[in-house]
Amino acid sequence: MIELTDVSVSYNDKVVLSEVSLRLTERRIGVIGSNGSGKSTFARLLNGLLLPDHGTVTVDGLDTKSQAKDVRQKVGFVFQNPDNQIVFPLVEEDIAFGMKNLGFDKATIAAKTEEALKRYDLWDHRSHAAQFLSGGQKQLLAISGVLVMEPSYIVFDEPTTLLDLRNKLTVTRAIRELEQTAIVVTHDLDLIADFDRVIVFANNRVMADDVPEVAIGKYREAMGDV
Amino acid sequence: MFDLYRPGTSFLHRAPAGGKVLALAVLGTLTFLTDDIRIIAAGLAVALLLYPTCGLTLKNAWAQIRPTLWILIAIFIAQVIFNTWQLGVFVVARFGLLLLLAGLLTLTTRASDMIDGIERGLPFLRLLGVNPAKVSLALSLALRFIPVLAQITKDVREAQRVRGLENSVIALAIPLFVRTLRMSDDIADAIEARGYRP
Repeated sequence: MIELTDVSVSYNDKVVLSEVSLRLTERRIGVIGSNGSGKSTFARLLNGLLLPDHGTVTVDGLDTKSQAKDVRQKVGFVFQNPDNQIVFPLVEEDIAFGMKNLGFDKATIAAKTEEALKRYDLWDHRSHAAQFLSGGQKQLLAISGVLVMEPSYIVFDEPTTLLDLRNKLTVTRAIRELEQTAIVVTHDLDLIADFDRVIVFANNRVMADDVPEVAIGKYREAMGDV
Repeated sequence: MFDLYRPGTSFLHRAPAGGKVLALAVLGTLTFLTDDIRIIAAGLAVALLLYPTCGLTLKNAWAQIRPTLWILIAIFIAQVIFNTWQLGVFVVARFGLLLLLAGLLTLTTRASDMIDGIERGLPFLRLLGVNPAKVSLALSLALRFIPVLAQITKDVREAQRVRGLENSVIALAIPLFVRTLRMSDDIADAIEARGYRP
């Protein structure tokens, strides 16, 4: 379980998240809100990329402030733009990066790389330059690079924003099929329509927290889409 | 030299990455210890022969030279004006040889192997307060992001052309600089999120 207790975050004296307390226990959680509402800040808190100014964030009891390394292994993070997440030139090298950082042995790295690439039909591209993959393939590569680190939770920060419809559907399917808990920050309301829970951020606070139908309804209402 | 790895089974593909990096450093230095054009010409011939031997094409070899063609021409013209045409040929040939050798390294070596090799080969850097792991990751990031930066430059140039600013260096440089800085923040976060601890 990921738990936020009375969490606040500020940048240059500007409050970007205020007094948020949440317990994240469901398998599929959507996070929506207008631009600047604090949802990306919320996402970055969950694996310790950002630390709260006030309050605590714990992942299965581990504090993101004092046990950052263990938290990072438990919580994977997939960014909006896969081009900024793929750090090695070749597909298979990039998959191996996270595993090497965690100290996996060579045989394990090779086996898990093969498994992950075959899962997303990237095996034939293993020795290719990542720059030549399509947008959807790059996002699947980014997801693979996180999955092989065996996280219990994966946070997605607007994973389909830069994708065309075909690639969006591919990535949506990949998220739905994950065994891990997925916390998805998005503007794509279709993506989270069948999730277990949706949290709506507005004015740097939680405005609604409910099942998708209710939470998305409140969000639409707040945005004037009624 | 920023061309990417081509899979293969040649002796250079199988050679240890650290050895290849060291060999490149030694050969590169040696080219500056000779002023004999015949030695440089022999080196060029051997380098060109190595491309097909390693399953690469002469097109791959030309791809190493092509991006620097205008620089080579400028160097040659400068040498002809200020020295002699013979020296111009020599300098350009030496530069070309270095590019071909560097290309052989990147075309036959995975970036990850090169990084491991560099990390193993540069422990003395720690004595100078430099972390070899950071140096090798920086090299890998350069190989990965040069094409990405080239694409961003193209995008910004197109956007400025639409606004009639195609001849403004500042109109290209500022958005490129801002986007690159933003991108570098995301990349740093991504590296951290994937457990990197140098």
